Amino acid sequence: MIISSIGQGMLWSILGLGIFMTYRILGFPDMTTEGSFPLGGAVCVAAITQGVNPLLATLLGIGAGMCAGLVTGLLYTKGRIPVVLAGILVMSALNSVMLFVMRSPNLSLLGLPRLSDAFRGVTLPDHYDTVFIGLIAVIVVVSLMAFFFNTEFGQAYIATGDNATMARSLGIRTDRMTIVGLVLSNGLIALSGALIAQNDGYADVSKGIGTIVIGLSSIIIGEVIYGELTFFQRMLATVVGSIIYQLLILLVIRLGFDTTYLKFFSAVVLSACMLIPQLRKSLKLTTGFERGGGAAARQEAAL
Amino acid sequence: MSGNSMNGSGVNPGLVNGNSMNADVRLQIKDGTEIVDNGMNERKTILDHVDLAVRAGEFVTVLGGNGAGKSTLFNVVSGTLPLTRGQVLINGRDVTHESEVARASSVARVFQDPKMGTAPRMSVAENLLLALRRGRRRRVWPRDLDAHRERFRELCAGIGNGLEEHLDTPAGNLSGGQRQALSLIMATIEEPDLLLLDEHTAALDPKTSKQLMRITAEKIKQSHLTCLMITHRMDDALVYGDRLIVMSKGGIARDLDREQKRELTMPDLLQFFEDGF
Repeated sequence: MIISSIGQGMLWSILGLGIFMTYRILGFPDMTTEGSFPLGGAVCVAAITQGVNPLLATLLGIGAGMCAGLVTGLLYTKGRIPVVLAGILVMSALNSVMLFVMRSPNLSLLGLPRLSDAFRGVTLPDHYDTVFIGLIAVIVVVSLMAFFFNTEFGQAYIATGDNATMARSLGIRTDRMTIVGLVLSNGLIALSGALIAQNDGYADVSKGIGTIVIGLSSIIIGEVIYGELTFFQRMLATVVGSIIYQLLILLVIRLGFDTTYLKFFSAVVLSACMLIPQLRKSLKLTTGFERGGGAAARQEAAL
Repeated sequence: MSGNSMNGSGVNPGLVNGNSMNADVRLQIKDGTEIVDNGMNERKTILDHVDLAVRAGEFVTVLGGNGAGKSTLFNVVSGTLPLTRGQVLINGRDVTHESEVARASSVARVFQDPKMGTAPRMSVAENLLLALRRGRRRRVWPRDLDAHRERFRELCAGIGNGLEEHLDTPAGNLSGGQRQALSLIMATIEEPDLLLLDEHTAALDPKTSKQLMRITAEKIKQSHLTCLMITHRMDDALVYGDRLIVMSKGGIARDLDREQKRELTMPDLLQFFEDGF
């Protein structure tokens, strides 16, 4: 079970990394997440049932998520709709899009090929295929993100979130940067959705509920544990945070909690993590988390 | 670069030297008028038929009380505020309808608030690298920070406040003086056609302010920059610049050239304000 949770954590960490691109860099929570995550799964599974190769189906899922991000980005930058509302609008509309794509609220992959079939030739203990897929996905995504943020374009993207006034005065098209960020972010989120749908063996319209909480938890758990980090390390911390989150969920299930109420627990975990810096400030606690809390608090302040 | 501007009709009356070619004019505002709605359906004229020509290499100080239109003038030049009526030309090219982003290749600004001009979570070197590509396309290509590190170090060392020791420090952790110095380097690293300084020393303590002002003047002289500087410090207005503009009620109340400015004394300046222009 622990191995399975680690694998799941890696798959979910792609979601955290996607949210990182908007929440931590541009400084707003993107509600599109809750739509683009199940959309990625829905498009991928629907494509596989139509006989599309799983890898190509996964890419199609990513593409669908990017389109969702594009719509949110246009509504926000060109339409001047507040970003949270723009995200909710797209999220809500995507419900219908998924029903259209799948022709039903859920779709099974039973007996159909999926990405993990690539390991069919090798005999692996249970759940190790999830870990391998997760590891490959994490390596590819983190490398691409590290490359992106290190380019001139990526730096302009970071500057847009850091100080938009300055960015514009330096000739950076901040609106375009925001759109690009939402497109890339939702592409990653949809990738996570597609991988998890294949791992679970089905896609479901309702899978998006609470995903933004899970993604934010990964980011914030990572920050609370590690504190001040370089950019690259922060991405890895998000991956670790995601794995820890899945282990926490496993622990809760093991402790005998009713899984029906898991979302409540998720919300409590995230709230608690986000309250830590605030609580520490008011209580002036000095613990081993000192550095971490301080950094998280500063990051909060920076937003 | 030159657009449809060689029509000669817009030569500024304040430009005494009749021989001066239009091409020599770096910035020109023709009949610049800005009318805003104050939110209660009342229209207010904050820039009133302003005609201004600034020649290449000129260092103009801009003085005026609150609400005189100094900042509006800067916003109109940088493109953050589109003119209600009139034209803005930079290097003879009509940029009236160009956005702030499009003008960034020719106009650089240093803001009053040290927080405004730098990205707080990016390091000093990263900020400088961003400024190095001001107004140019941002490529999806590795930024190559190390190739510029030595030049950045030299530029920062030239300021003399220890900034060169902090190339990898997030700009948000710098002192106000260091941050403004960084903003100044960022604005001048790629020599802009036009440098706008919006009370850039006002938020600093007197000593730091003085030091930054001295460095600013050096940089302007060294690179022959064309500069407009808003200031509230009358002594700075007297000492620096080779032309002085006094603004009042959205218009230019006084326009003193180098000679006139040289003869100007502090009591004269105070008198301007006493008279309410």
